[in-house]
Amino acid sequence: MTQQVLGALLAVVAGIGGSLAYFFGTNLLLDRLAPDGRRPDGSYLSREPLRNKIRPWLFVLPALAILGVYLVYPVFETARLSFFDRTGTRFVGLGNYTWAIGNPEFRMAIRNNLMWLIVVPALSTSIGLLVATLADRVRWGNLAKSLIFMPMAISFVGASVIWKFVYDYRGPDAQQIGVLNAFWVWLGGTPQAWISVPFWNNFLLMIILVWIQTGFAMVILSAALRGVPEETIEAAKIDGASEVAVFFRIVIPQIMSTILVVWTTITIVVLKVFDIVLAMTNGQWGTEVLANAMYNWMFRGGGDFGRGSVIALVIMIAVVPIMVWNIRRFQAEEAMR
Amino acid sequence: MNRRAFGLNVTWGRVLTHVSLLVLVLLWTLPTFGLFVSSLRDKDQLIISGWWTSFSTTERSAFGRTGTAAAQVPVGGRYVIEGDFLPDPRRSIVSFGLTQTNLAAFGPGDTAEIDGSEFTLFEDGSYRWVSDEPFSHTAGRRIFYVAAIPPTFSLQNYRDVIAAERIDRAFINTFTVTIPATIIPILIAAFAAYAFAWMKFPGRQWLFAVVVGLLVVPLQMSLIPLLRMYNDIGTTFGVPSKTYLGIWLAHTGFGLPLAIYLLRNYIGGLPRDIIESAQLDGASHFDIFLRLILPLSVPALASFAIFQFLWVWNDLLVALVFLGKGDEQIVLTSRLREMLGSRGDNWELLTSSAFISMTVPLIVFFSLQRYFVRGLLAGSVKGG
Repeated sequence: MTQQVLGALLAVVAGIGGSLAYFFGTNLLLDRLAPDGRRPDGSYLSREPLRNKIRPWLFVLPALAILGVYLVYPVFETARLSFFDRTGTRFVGLGNYTWAIGNPEFRMAIRNNLMWLIVVPALSTSIGLLVATLADRVRWGNLAKSLIFMPMAISFVGASVIWKFVYDYRGPDAQQIGVLNAFWVWLGGTPQAWISVPFWNNFLLMIILVWIQTGFAMVILSAALRGVPEETIEAAKIDGASEVAVFFRIVIPQIMSTILVVWTTITIVVLKVFDIVLAMTNGQWGTEVLANAMYNWMFRGGGDFGRGSVIALVIMIAVVPIMVWNIRRFQAEEAMR
Repeated sequence: MNRRAFGLNVTWGRVLTHVSLLVLVLLWTLPTFGLFVSSLRDKDQLIISGWWTSFSTTERSAFGRTGTAAAQVPVGGRYVIEGDFLPDPRRSIVSFGLTQTNLAAFGPGDTAEIDGSEFTLFEDGSYRWVSDEPFSHTAGRRIFYVAAIPPTFSLQNYRDVIAAERIDRAFINTFTVTIPATIIPILIAAFAAYAFAWMKFPGRQWLFAVVVGLLVVPLQMSLIPLLRMYNDIGTTFGVPSKTYLGIWLAHTGFGLPLAIYLLRNYIGGLPRDIIESAQLDGASHFDIFLRLILPLSVPALASFAIFQFLWVWNDLLVALVFLGKGDEQIVLTSRLREMLGSRGDNWELLTSSAFISMTVPLIVFFSLQRYFVRGLLAGSVKGG
């Protein structure tokens, strides 16, 4: 154990040292290889312009190299592999795609992902907005926000343990130890094994992600609410608008762009949702989602890289519109700078 | 009248605000709180009663077995067997009976008659069984009782889970993954971010737009090609394909777009004058970056560091794909997930190990929340 701690420390030092050595070394090398000098006629020759042409590349090269290997190349490679067989050696044309369309498990994953895409961003954003609004009106608002924000720090697996305990099921004769069943019995129902109730169990899994993401939505929207000019609200109130009308007619339109950002950010998280489903059901009882199906196909029976790649591509294609929107938004912001 | 109605509305509105916020806060915190309380409970009680009952004294029916004839002691011409059903001094007897169906037949201290002998069970759980004739039974007699169990909390589950599941080892493994995977991307990104913000080179805008695009590329796209690449490297060079170095670089790759994006926006927002005046003084970009920009960027660096730390610590997918599942490499999330499968009903182990895995992120989160929020606000285009 001490050996491993030492090894980890050494790795930290080596990692940082290596990076620093690269940056210092290459910059020093550049100064040496392209020093200022004198022209044949004896006049001073500054090579600063040349160095300034090269130096930026020294700065960005490590980042570009890692991005290239870990993100850019894989996108193309995954696209290529989707046309190949399970080991990635034999070309199978559209075989994996036709398999996916005909596969009930894949279709189930698509259906479930669509439900997740509607429910989770909608609930997280609206509850987040509600909390942000309410918390601004009470003295203990910051404490409330902190507590609702807390699940953001908890891993999806940890959250799954927490909620699996809430959904726990004991036989009808035993005392229930899960809060949900205890409440259900108190209302007069018979205890249910909630996690295996088809269709509705999907929503129980979604609640976990809503529980995690609401804090995120709340923080961003809370900042946006602070940015709404007080005058616009006051003016509407003087005109006799009710609190609710002010909120929906004056406040919401002004923070609409932030709501969109929050919504799309949560959408991306939802598209990639994996840990929760793996930990809670592993896709059983009709809860399969794309990311979990993809992971399963990566390793199932020695792994099927072709089918796994097709599923990954579906997730990617769903992200593309958001990606384009992000880049456009960024370019518009740049143009205003 | 209009005014009064208005006043009433405001009051009701305020009450409603407090109540609904309180309900939401309770809904959001109770699940975690329940898990925490459960992790401190006795493992036998944990599975038979809800955690919300653990704060009050509970009653539980059980039975004890008396000593056999071998344990009898002659006292003044009579024969006595003594013993204790409740060694735990905090527990006490509420009632007892001689059959399972009649638990409330006698109160503590009462004497029951068993075939001519006298059996007394005291409140503290000790009993005294007296007979005029010598005892001859070879199996202890069962006595049924109801015991009162006061709320008890202990760290026993935590000790058990560390011993049984090597959670301590997983804890160290998680640190081994997380620290380098947080620091390496910061360094690499900081240099790149400075170049994107303040240096002129062809394709700068275009390359940065690519980085913005990469912010949302799902991790899933990278897994299969990288797994293949790692396996190929492993077989070609005869090295293991699942290594800490491999996962550090993978996390670096996945974290870089956000790091570059956050830092570039922050560094780009620093005042132009300070950079230009340093340049006039003859400082090179390298000096400016090291002496000026890095110290000024500490808040942004901290924001990203917290982000990346939490993300790597809590990650499951990358660890599953790029690390082995042996004791020497498995991380907390991975271990926890495994336990959910194999120990699904051992709530005493699940609750305590879940809490062990949450402590570090919760400490980081609550102590550095300000930086975390700042990072969120600056980088809310990424999907985590």
